[in-house]
Amino acid sequence: MTTHIETPPRPQVPKRHEELDEVVIRFAGDSGDGMQLAGMQFSNETAVAGTDLATLPDFPAEIRAPAGTLFGVSGFQVNFSSHDIFTPGDNPDVLVMMNPAALKVNLRDLKPGGIIIADTAEFTENNLKKAGFATNPLEDGSLTKYQLFPVDITQMTLRAVEGLNLNTKVASRCKNFYALGLTSWLFTRPIDPTIRWIEGRFKKTPELVDANIRALKAGYHFGETAEMFAVQYEVKPARLAPGKYRNITGNSATALGFIAAAERAGVPLFLGSYPITPASDILHEVASYKNFNVYTFQAEDEIAAVGSALGAAYGGAIGICTTSGPGMLLKQEMINLAVMVELPLIIADIQRAGPSTGMPTKTEQADLLMAIYGRASESPVVVLAPATPGECFFMAFEAVRLAAKYMVPVIYMSDGYLANGAEPWKIPKVSELPQIDVQFRTSPEGFQPYLRDPETLARAWVKPGTPGLEHRIGGLAKEDVTGHVSYDPINNEKMVRLRAEKVARVAMDIPRTDVHGDPSGKLLVIGWGSTYGALVEATERVRAQGKSVSHVHLRYLNPLPPDLKEIIHRFETVLVAELNTGQLLKIIRAEYLVDAKGMNKIQGYPFKVGELMQKIQELLEE
Amino acid sequence: MSQAATPTLKLTRKDFMSDQEVRWCPGCGDYAILAQMQKVLPELGIPRDQLVFVSGIGCASRFPYYMNTYGFHTIHGRAPAIATGLKISRPELHVWVVTGDGDGLSIGGNHLIHALRRNVDIKILLFNNRIYGLTKGQYSPTSELGKVTKSTPFGSLDYPINPIEIALGAEATFVARSVDVETKHLQETLKRAHEHKGSAFIEILQNCNVFNDRAWEPITDRATKADHQLVLEQGKPLVFGKNREKGIRLGKDMNPEIVTLGDGVDTSQLLVHDETNPSMAYILSRLGPQFPTPIGVFRAVKRMTYDEGANAQIESAKKRLGPGDLEAILNRGDTWVVK
Repeated sequence: MTTHIETPPRPQVPKRHEELDEVVIRFAGDSGDGMQLAGMQFSNETAVAGTDLATLPDFPAEIRAPAGTLFGVSGFQVNFSSHDIFTPGDNPDVLVMMNPAALKVNLRDLKPGGIIIADTAEFTENNLKKAGFATNPLEDGSLTKYQLFPVDITQMTLRAVEGLNLNTKVASRCKNFYALGLTSWLFTRPIDPTIRWIEGRFKKTPELVDANIRALKAGYHFGETAEMFAVQYEVKPARLAPGKYRNITGNSATALGFIAAAERAGVPLFLGSYPITPASDILHEVASYKNFNVYTFQAEDEIAAVGSALGAAYGGAIGICTTSGPGMLLKQEMINLAVMVELPLIIADIQRAGPSTGMPTKTEQADLLMAIYGRASESPVVVLAPATPGECFFMAFEAVRLAAKYMVPVIYMSDGYLANGAEPWKIPKVSELPQIDVQFRTSPEGFQPYLRDPETLARAWVKPGTPGLEHRIGGLAKEDVTGHVSYDPINNEKMVRLRAEKVARVAMDIPRTDVHGDPSGKLLVIGWGSTYGALVEATERVRAQGKSVSHVHLRYLNPLPPDLKEIIHRFETVLVAELNTGQLLKIIRAEYLVDAKGMNKIQGYPFKVGELMQKIQELLEE
Repeated sequence: MSQAATPTLKLTRKDFMSDQEVRWCPGCGDYAILAQMQKVLPELGIPRDQLVFVSGIGCASRFPYYMNTYGFHTIHGRAPAIATGLKISRPELHVWVVTGDGDGLSIGGNHLIHALRRNVDIKILLFNNRIYGLTKGQYSPTSELGKVTKSTPFGSLDYPINPIEIALGAEATFVARSVDVETKHLQETLKRAHEHKGSAFIEILQNCNVFNDRAWEPITDRATKADHQLVLEQGKPLVFGKNREKGIRLGKDMNPEIVTLGDGVDTSQLLVHDETNPSMAYILSRLGPQFPTPIGVFRAVKRMTYDEGANAQIESAKKRLGPGDLEAILNRGDTWVVK
């Protein structure tokens, strides 16, 4: 995938330009060093430069973990390329390290011959000790197999902002921009987008605008002028499909997808939420769009959050609730009620590593069975999962569309990796988005609360305030058609089966399943959600070796695509790869009576392409 | 979308009775409360379709099924949360919540507190019978200490909660108490709650004749109630007793005390009820067992409602930012074109 960065020759002027196909950079430092920001800004610069990219932010749950410690290290990996890429990369080519702890944690991943840029000012005796280094690795010769660039980033940053009357603490906080400036120069990224960002972000404190821009430019110019760097690298723009692009994270795309859907439905949006990592950013973003007839409500707890959304849905709004696993399980009773009263409700579960509080900032896909089955009694809902950050927009939109069409709760399953990861996104035209056809019943003629549409089995959506349609709904078992409370045993079974049939009919809306690779053959790899990029890349690479492996990626988890059965039976072996201990695997085995194998990882990190390839090759050799 | 309330609307009690057979136990206090609600609503001039009753779980929570309005029988303790979402997004509707001492103060205590402090314009009726009825007789958060029930054969160890104090502590803008059998008083209190803009909380002392009969004697007993009820009236001194011969004044150490009128004590020395005075509400909520039980409005003050604020924010955002432009937000930030 990656062109290895060769050891540069001795410094010479003028600097040599070298073109690379693909580069993986990892920024890391203390959780207060602003590494997420540096990484995000680098991604924006690189997006604007037209290269394809994928990111992997990786940070601790502590906001400001003790400085210099191993567990306080916060990292941001970005992979950018002149061709299509699908993952943030297995191993970095470049480490930008703000302290010894960052180096200690990240060095094992660096490719042989890779570049290390390190802030020498932070390699103090005390910090080295905290990171577990007996001697200073920048000086003891232990890093000779890499290209080491020791730079006193802290000192140079302080010098850059001299005369701005900032105290040392504030001044040294600009060092992330110095590091960003230097890295931007090294990889020929434009710094204008970052300058614009700084101007916007620090609008109210002009001295910080000045300081951060100075630090950024100082880093950039240092690269240019210092003899240390002989080569400037360049990654040419990728040949992406024509169109207008922006860089987008999964959470941002999710927020926009919900807003777009409510707009296309012509119905107000109500987002009830309780802050939880990694979902909170969706609430933040939606809250900034109040002028779209958007209600956002920060509830007292997870239960009230989804309760308020259901109350709003009852009133005729698009009711949405955003959360993560530990919140999701508290919402199940309300989802159970929404199933019973057959109201549209969208629950976005931005999964994180668990169980319990688990690892809040790390990713996982282990809420699938909870989403499909985790409620009292028979409680079918629709379950969807986007595959990439950009796709979050379309699947969030789809979740709203299906909920309103079938009058059913829809669980939308993103995860920490999609939520914070970014990629270039081809911006859709509003006119090309489907219209969402919401019909509120107003005619009392022949009205019955549980009368169903013959095709979708949806009951009518009636807004309170509609004269002549006064009726009662609730969690008690309901008589078919009339909705009266009923304890009739035959009626109960009929209603349970009707609700299941309604969800099953969503299959009519599922597009044909794409098989990447040959339509039949030896091995079929099935994945869902955020593992898409790694699975595409791994299967493509093994296929390029002339082997028979294809890939199917599921966006619809309940109901499953109607053509999946037939696809599965065209392959000798099926591998289900997912970031849990085998949840989709269980479903595939049960649904299709196939002896599928599992590829599972529960480490809080996405799959690496290498480990997937190894598993695929093993299965092909069996 | 909504029809304005018109006083010419001629509805009767019968219009508010649904076609469902009422299934509470014969003799249950809930019948009386339902009847007063159905009597009061026609006087308010609100079309039936503008009314929504939201409830949780418990005997009280069957209430919406019997009202010929919109109704939502939800889940245990969560009715205030659901009603909040409804009211914020549909501020023109009249939203009532019906709950009980178990539903509202035990499993749903958190939602109750937050609905009240936000001042969402919903009316919360808490039927307090000091027992779990629907699950057949376990002690509730308002049951007295030592209460012997099925789940506490050796007596309850839970210190009871005082619903009025909870509501006051949550900064509710309207807090009242009434009694199932005090039909006129209950009707008046329901009307006051309706007229109040903001969340209104009414504790209704209600008798469960099956699992906790006579829990509110002697407040409700004809022979004893005059000495055990303190009827609160705005601007009037706190007087009670069969011959209105007793009063309450503030004694030493700011503690209330009961005095007998006459012999140099007259009403000018008594506390005068003021619904807008937080100290008054607090004193009244904490009168000890030797005092009569206050019924009426403890507190009624004005504050911006949450639903008002939420909708005003949307309007001001539209003014400031213009109506939502989807194309613009999709294209926000740095963009580039691939040819």
